[in-house]
Amino acid sequence: MNVAVEMDAVRHGELLDISEAGPAPKRIIAGFGFWIFLLSDIVMFSALFAAYAVLAKASAGGLTGGQLFDQRNVAIETALLLLSSYSCGMMSLAINSQRYLATFLGAAVTFLLGSAFLALELNEFQGMIALGATPQRSAFLSAFFALVGSHGLHVTVGLAWLVLMMVQLSLRGFQDVVVRRLHCFSLFWHALDIIWVLIFTVVYLMGVLP
Amino acid sequence: MTTETHWDVAPGERPTIPASEQEASSGFLVYTIGLLLAVILTVTSFWVANTSVIWAPGVPAGLAVLAIAQMGVHLVFFLHITTGPDSTNNVLALAFGVLIVFLVLAGSLVIMANLNENMMGHSELMNLQMPR
Repeated sequence: MNVAVEMDAVRHGELLDISEAGPAPKRIIAGFGFWIFLLSDIVMFSALFAAYAVLAKASAGGLTGGQLFDQRNVAIETALLLLSSYSCGMMSLAINSQRYLATFLGAAVTFLLGSAFLALELNEFQGMIALGATPQRSAFLSAFFALVGSHGLHVTVGLAWLVLMMVQLSLRGFQDVVVRRLHCFSLFWHALDIIWVLIFTVVYLMGVLP
Repeated sequence: MTTETHWDVAPGERPTIPASEQEASSGFLVYTIGLLLAVILTVTSFWVANTSVIWAPGVPAGLAVLAIAQMGVHLVFFLHITTGPDSTNNVLALAFGVLIVFLVLAGSLVIMANLNENMMGHSELMNLQMPR
């Protein structure tokens, strides 16, 4: 009995009662909703990953991953995306302290690094297609283009979203709505980086192993 | 979402240090540590894939471990998924997501490997079609 009372006192010191705390702020609810969306997006990617893993060796006599992938290119792409994730983090810190210049700078760096990533990826796709490794050549290439292509599509959408948010920020300032949307954007951008970690490991590094 | 860790303070209560300054300096440190760890893990996985020092059949397992570690680093340092009391719902949703991802991946791979193994070879199939 005594112990139970003490435990209760400790808990009260750490955290308010649910009934006293009231509803969570809209920012936390919006973030949670977007987090659910991101998880469902990751589940979609897991299906693409499963397809790729099953079909990775089904090259139908055509070019294989070992012949097509250039590790230097992949390393540069990885570095670009990682740095853009970092600059996106810097941008959200600037948003928290409501500094316009730092926010626009962070967004510009994030945008440039993201588009450099996209340019490298499109260049890689173009090179592969020029070699005859088109999506319709083999099951392996279909799965490859579906997986890496939909990640690239996500990056494109993210870049468009970032531009849109910068326009909104310059028109409306640090309103609550704008700040919430910017936080959702940074969650989206970091999640894309997580998916890229899996892509470069499963597709580009494991796919090249003998 | 989780950068605002003290949202449940009593009304009117103010921390002695302005919240913005406090967050900016510690937040910078968190992102920088995350970046450093991610760079180390990425460089290691590229090294593991290309080296001959490591026993070849162990390389895929090593790469998988490094990738999972890096995803953990991203979740904690960039997405700020922590074990704090206001993050319980996020962690629960993440756990459910991980369960579904695991089921989809492991299920597909096991079923397809099994089908592949039990598939009859080309010559066997020919024998079935033309019994003598």
